[in-house]
Amino acid sequence: MKKVQFKSNYSQYFFLAPQLGILLIFLYWPIIQTFRDAFTMQDAFGFGRQFVWFDNFLFIFDDPAYFIAFKFTIIYSFVITLVTGAIGLLLAVNANNVMHGKSAYKTLLIWPYAIAPAVVGVMANYFFSERFGLLYHLFNDLWGFNWYESVFDSYIYLIIAGSWKQISANFIFFLAGLQAIQKSVIEASIIDCKSSFRRFWTITFPLLMPTTFFLIIINITYAFFDTFGIIDTTTIGAPSGETRTLVYKAYMDGFRGLDLGSAGAQSIMMMLIVLVITIFQFRYIEGKIHYN
Amino acid sequence: MIRYFSSNFSHLILLIGIFIMIIPVWLIFASSTHTALIINTQGLQFFLGDKFLENYTKVLLYEGGFFKEITVLKMFLNSFLMATGVAFLSVISSLMTAYVLVYFRVKYATLLFWIIFITILVPLELRIFPTYSVMSTLNLVNSYWGLIIPISASAIATLFFRQFYKTIPDELLESAKLDGANTWRFFIDFLVPLSKTMIVAMFIFMFVFGYNQYLWPILVTSSEQYWTVVMGLKMMSGSIVNKFAFVIMSMIPPVLIIIVLQKYFIKGIFQDK
Repeated sequence: MKKVQFKSNYSQYFFLAPQLGILLIFLYWPIIQTFRDAFTMQDAFGFGRQFVWFDNFLFIFDDPAYFIAFKFTIIYSFVITLVTGAIGLLLAVNANNVMHGKSAYKTLLIWPYAIAPAVVGVMANYFFSERFGLLYHLFNDLWGFNWYESVFDSYIYLIIAGSWKQISANFIFFLAGLQAIQKSVIEASIIDCKSSFRRFWTITFPLLMPTTFFLIIINITYAFFDTFGIIDTTTIGAPSGETRTLVYKAYMDGFRGLDLGSAGAQSIMMMLIVLVITIFQFRYIEGKIHYN
Repeated sequence: MIRYFSSNFSHLILLIGIFIMIIPVWLIFASSTHTALIINTQGLQFFLGDKFLENYTKVLLYEGGFFKEITVLKMFLNSFLMATGVAFLSVISSLMTAYVLVYFRVKYATLLFWIIFITILVPLELRIFPTYSVMSTLNLVNSYWGLIIPISASAIATLFFRQFYKTIPDELLESAKLDGANTWRFFIDFLVPLSKTMIVAMFIFMFVFGYNQYLWPILVTSSEQYWTVVMGLKMMSGSIVNKFAFVIMSMIPPVLIIIVLQKYFIKGIFQDK
């Protein structure tokens, strides 16, 4: 914190009011309602409300569809993080390696970041449609690809659709991370280690750890929440609900099924998952990585 | 220059990367300039056709929705209003909050810090139905404020502004105080001009974030008049080439902003001067 500060005075309330007001009304109020929904049950006509302890939670744990969504969400975030991280790093290392055209490469690689997930989904649709989808036919010729029926194939479809734009985000952050590494460190390492491949993994990559872990969180958040638009415009959960993320399932249960109790309980479960990941990030990972 | 491998190899990898990024969009764009008949019989096209003007003007005036209450042109206007509103509201409110967090000796500072930043862990998707019910209580369903405010309820920009203010030397406030600046003058005359790059970066970030919203506009706009571009895409019926044209047009605003203001965006996010 600053050593020199303004003393507490009335103008601070003026500066705090807009954001605090918005957060209290449009964020805290709904969160309180989420908890109320999760621990109560509405009667069929929506008049009465009854406190039911953890019934809504027990109900979702009894639901096999919840575990299918859980499994898909975990696999999906893991694969997206791995694929987009690896490709983003590969591109960033190479962009950092060239003498000429660095800024042109940067421009040509970051623009997909700006495209909405739902728009990416609509586009992916065209490449995976049975009628004229190029990738559909390519994969179909290779191994009989059919995402309408095969769970594995629908995973492939969503992984390709979900990774495409996220490569850009990984590329930008890795490139910035690489450029922040001090030249002298790398120059010293060249003297010690002749193999450039080993030099990368023993010197450069450990120095990129803060960026890597930041991106892991960014990618997991993306796979959890932002992929809603992709799924809703591509598989819509097909085949038989196998490709629904937890967010997608909660939305469907609340919207189509009008089961706000279950949607609330599912939201709280997800808040817990996000909280655990965040604590893990702060406690475990932040303590173990190197900063320059 | 530190090399890991030959520069030619790097160029090759980067070109493959660019190819993967550009080719899907190019195929859709090229196909959007043909007739539907060609697409339906021959599939996606690599070369440009001659129906560019015809297909694109048709889309702009296309009436969407069940009641035909909205044109694509109006959807673009709605998206623009929503994105600009989100960007303005969140940037201004975040700028002010971060100011208090860094420059004021506040009672309960830690509590205030947590009240604001814990919200980053609870994205809109996790409280979507209760947010809808709050909006309907406040009579904000089917309105521009209804589209804008819940998306602006985010402390992400606050976090960035706070980090940025902390890098500003203490001497700035000392000298401003000597000049007799009060809290308002210091904010407007010193802090805001200094944060220009950061403000532009956060504006771009929140504009793209607002423009790209999909789930929230679907829920909060039962009236077709408030439909936005990104949600309108799925609702659009019509011939395949018009859909292609709509997809291409929907990408243009955010992509253009990122490309044109790229320098500010990257400078702000990574805070390199």
